[in-house]
Amino acid sequence: MNEIEIKHRLQKGGFKLDVDIRIPASGITGVFGESGCGKTTLLRCIAGLEDSSSDDRRPPHQRGIGMVFQEPSLFAHLSVRRNIEYGWRRSKGAQADLQHIVDLFDLEALLNRTATSLSGGEAQRVAIARALCQAPRLILMDEPLSSLDQRRRNEILPYFDRLHEEVSLPVIYVSHDIEEISRICDHLLIMDDGHIVAAGALQDVLARIDLPQLSGRNAGAAIAAKPIRYDEKFDLTTFEFSGGELCAPGRVELGAGTRLRVNASDISLCRDLPKLTTILNILAAKIDAIESESDAIVLVRLKVAEDFLIARITKRSLNELDLRVGESVFAQIKSVTVRR
Amino acid sequence: MTDETMESGLSVIGPLWLSAQLALITALLLIIIGAPLAWWLSRSSSRWKPAIQAIVTMPIVLPPTVLGFYLLILLGPNGALGSWWVELTGSALTFSFAGLVIASCVYSLPFAVQPLQNAFESVPSQSLEAAWTLGASKIDAFFTVAVPLSIRGFVGALVMSFAHTLGEFGVVLMVGGNIPGETRVISIAIYDQVETLNYAAAHNMSMILIVFAFAILFAMYLINHRSQSQ
Repeated sequence: MNEIEIKHRLQKGGFKLDVDIRIPASGITGVFGESGCGKTTLLRCIAGLEDSSSDDRRPPHQRGIGMVFQEPSLFAHLSVRRNIEYGWRRSKGAQADLQHIVDLFDLEALLNRTATSLSGGEAQRVAIARALCQAPRLILMDEPLSSLDQRRRNEILPYFDRLHEEVSLPVIYVSHDIEEISRICDHLLIMDDGHIVAAGALQDVLARIDLPQLSGRNAGAAIAAKPIRYDEKFDLTTFEFSGGELCAPGRVELGAGTRLRVNASDISLCRDLPKLTTILNILAAKIDAIESESDAIVLVRLKVAEDFLIARITKRSLNELDLRVGESVFAQIKSVTVRR
Repeated sequence: MTDETMESGLSVIGPLWLSAQLALITALLLIIIGAPLAWWLSRSSSRWKPAIQAIVTMPIVLPPTVLGFYLLILLGPNGALGSWWVELTGSALTFSFAGLVIASCVYSLPFAVQPLQNAFESVPSQSLEAAWTLGASKIDAFFTVAVPLSIRGFVGALVMSFAHTLGEFGVVLMVGGNIPGETRVISIAIYDQVETLNYAAAHNMSMILIVFAFAILFAMYLINHRSQSQ
């Protein structure tokens, strides 16, 4: 597979960024880390907005790299149409299909509006379309959803799935929200204090329990799954994955493969198959690894056929049930999030 | 019409027209000089910035006589700029219209730079960065993003430097003297009329300036007010 080399060093006050990594040249690569770890600085280095030492000395406008900022940063003096055309007019080589992108992001009705009259979600959709229309070879997104409330965020998320399906363009997506990353990204980089501490396919990186960045409420696994049944009476969709079936509330269109996220705090472990319980999803699993998160809490990685799940339990429970690596347990899964 | 009123009519129009020409040329030149200077001042974090800022603002606080005195030396036939000009054109810069333009540019510089700098400072850095990442060079982004977002600053700079040059007196007197058709601008002409106790003519000219000054400032603030409430 083609790869993109990302190699940047930057010293800024007491902060030092040193990244040398290759990422796949397709799909969405997430960059996750606490605020202040250098995620935004890394994107700015890649775009050429920071004076980093790298092999690429070109100014930003010659790099062919699009950027979507945390705030939409539309040009206030231009209409939506002129905003979208700004990069398109300046693109060198093959021009992007403007109409296709306008349709993809449902912007037809907004084209003649002024940039300042848009809602936050609309403005961010325009900003993403604007970056796409210059036909870049890479798009950088710096927490594009963080300035939006949950409702607007849910409005815009489906557009990322469209982006994924219809535009074959590598995207680097920075976020401090692991749920957002789990939903959108294919690959994942974990960043800490200016360095990349883990990299790989999303599922593989999320399955690691030794990273402090992926502990606490950020701990949780992602599973590739396929919706196979919808139960109208209880409004539940059943998904099939390597280790059996899982169900989640709501209707999901059957057929196309999707991804499920299970937070580690939503899994509890039992020695015996629980009988009378309100939990719908119970899977037989094998303990694959155990890591201590704090004095009180441990993360337990479970193997279910080909997939991993992570459970976050107390050390006391671990001792009382005398759980050890290699043993079989039952995992009760309280909630499952679906990427649509 | 009596000879006297004919003469006073002519003596109003000549200086007024000269003042208008001087103010317009100065205002246009100051936009060209002031815009890059104001842009640098609005974006730079150089340690020289406070010093440059102070120098640019000095004409506001210095007495016009001080400015005029040093401009007279600088522009004079033995001065750095003046001797070069003599070599180039064969005529002196002092007591000439060209000399007045240079002096006015110095005198009115802060009135062009301030509004431009204020406007440029309110252009969001991220809008410029967005333009760069969309394929615009720095110059391209300046003209297609920063300038349109700073239109009010340009209008302000144009109006303020025009109006301020129109009201110039001390510097003109020092550098330009009082040559009809060359350096006798409206403010000098008024001074002349008062000196010769010709109060009627002084009134005429002064009233024209007062009405004119009010009209352009009112127009500028009206435009600002309209665009703000939009």
